[in-house]
Amino acid sequence: MLKNLSKSSFISFYNPQRVRNLRERIIAITLFGCGVFSILVTIGIIISLFSEAIGFFLRPEVNLITFLTGTNWRPLASQVSPENFGVRPLIRGTLMIAVISGSIALPLGLGSAIYLSEYASDRLRSILKPSLELLAGIPTVVYGYFALSFVTPILKVVLEDQLGIRVSFFNAFSAAVVVGIMIIPIVASISEDAMRAVPRSLREGAYALGATKFEVSTKVVVPAALSGIISAFIIGISRAIGETMAVTIAAGATPRMTLNPLDGIQTMTAFIVQVSFGDAPSGSINGQSIFAVGATLFMMTFVMNIISASILKRFREVYE
Amino acid sequence: MNLTSNIQSYSINFHDDATIINANQLNIYYSGKLTVENFNLQVPKNKITALIGPSGCGKSSVIRSFNRMNDIIPGFSLEGKIIYKGKNIYSSREDPVRIRRQIGMVFQKPNPFPKSIYENVAFGARVNKYQGNLDELVESSLIQAALWDEVKDKLKESAYALSGGQQQRLCIARAIAVSPDILLMDEPASALDPVATLKIEELMWELKDKYTIVVVTHNMQQASRVSDYTAFMSLDREKIEDRIGVLVEFDETTKLFTNPKLKETEDYITGRFG
Repeated sequence: MLKNLSKSSFISFYNPQRVRNLRERIIAITLFGCGVFSILVTIGIIISLFSEAIGFFLRPEVNLITFLTGTNWRPLASQVSPENFGVRPLIRGTLMIAVISGSIALPLGLGSAIYLSEYASDRLRSILKPSLELLAGIPTVVYGYFALSFVTPILKVVLEDQLGIRVSFFNAFSAAVVVGIMIIPIVASISEDAMRAVPRSLREGAYALGATKFEVSTKVVVPAALSGIISAFIIGISRAIGETMAVTIAAGATPRMTLNPLDGIQTMTAFIVQVSFGDAPSGSINGQSIFAVGATLFMMTFVMNIISASILKRFREVYE
Repeated sequence: MNLTSNIQSYSINFHDDATIINANQLNIYYSGKLTVENFNLQVPKNKITALIGPSGCGKSSVIRSFNRMNDIIPGFSLEGKIIYKGKNIYSSREDPVRIRRQIGMVFQKPNPFPKSIYENVAFGARVNKYQGNLDELVESSLIQAALWDEVKDKLKESAYALSGGQQQRLCIARAIAVSPDILLMDEPASALDPVATLKIEELMWELKDKYTIVVVTHNMQQASRVSDYTAFMSLDREKIEDRIGVLVEFDETTKLFTNPKLKETEDYITGRFG
């Protein structure tokens, strides 16, 4: 009896239109919440990063000018003074990794993207692309030990034993090589997606003018897909700049103003790991220095994104 | 052995000197499925030949075979011969890239490259290592395509800034910039409005002195307006569910439209079929 009553009263209040509107509102609010959540987290990260970094720069022992221009990075030295907090060796280490790994990954990644998109048969692509993407699934710590146990010994044999060029056990080059290998799949995969999105009619137009497959690829497809390819490059390079594990393991922990990639260096990320694993108390100068380095890293990738956006605007060929 | 011997067809032949393409017993397959069967056609030199017929009858498949454009479609295969300048273009010794430099193509939907107007016209010359003056070539090609006056002040602007009809004339300019023998046009006006269509048709008239034109169209009025000869294709009625395209009738356009030899042609051009 009670059961029946409650059911009938429910039906009398049940208005499908209102329920549907309510449901749509709940969905909209939930999705809005998801969007806002990620924005809030990003803002939170930036605030915590920069507030600690500002705290670092407000200390009497350091100043912003010597931080940006100084060529010595000795945060653990017994004497705490501004000239021991020059970040340039770390920036140079990071850039060295980025430049070497980029010059490996960008041509190889673009080459394999062109092959996959323009030359490979459907069957071959269906095998090659997943196996390329498998490379991206290897943990970076494995890459780090691969650099130490495989790349460095080869460098030692080839360069040191044969040519007499000294190779440090920890060196930037072998770390950069594995970082380069690590980012090939990203560069290749995103570039290939962009190239496959170029309409077939553009390729046919070029073939009909007597273009060879290579000319169609390089003169029509790549320019038309340039915005996607540049994005792939940017994402790849950002990944190389932010890469931590492999460079911590293989590139060493010696901040050094050097242009010799066979020396041990330290990147910004590797420094952050080094201090985080030690027991620098929070609020101490060392604890805060990692935020200063982190903020610098953030600004670097930020500026790079702005530059790439302007490059894109200048060179992209928009097709409809 | 001829599977289509029971199909009635009517065709005219030309003297060898007057023929530029001779398609001989073509069978066209996509992924093993027969699409066009036993297609024979002699394309006369310096004339406009129209290919008409209901949609799906293989007109585009045929015209795309004439410059080996189908090669880039996976699963395409062809039997028979297409003789151009005394050679079978499907012989393994022939290079499709060289053939396409002599037999140009304009497509259904305008497909300019996302480059400037100038670079669009210059593209073919650049890939063909053209030695002459590129500026002059671009200008003369655009003049021939009746586009020069409209674009001469904005050659550096993107081709996508042009209207659809202008884009299609740009594609024609791009095709004739490599001085081909033959221009294949696959429904060149079907995506355009009537005014732009008329301009393309006038242009075809002007171009036929220098080039042989083969045009696919589903518009019979267009075929009767622009072409000297018309080939009517249709689906094989004996095997209608297989959707196999065949040539039904090929004749001078005036004869085909006023006095068709076959009933199937008459049904189509009078609108009773298709």
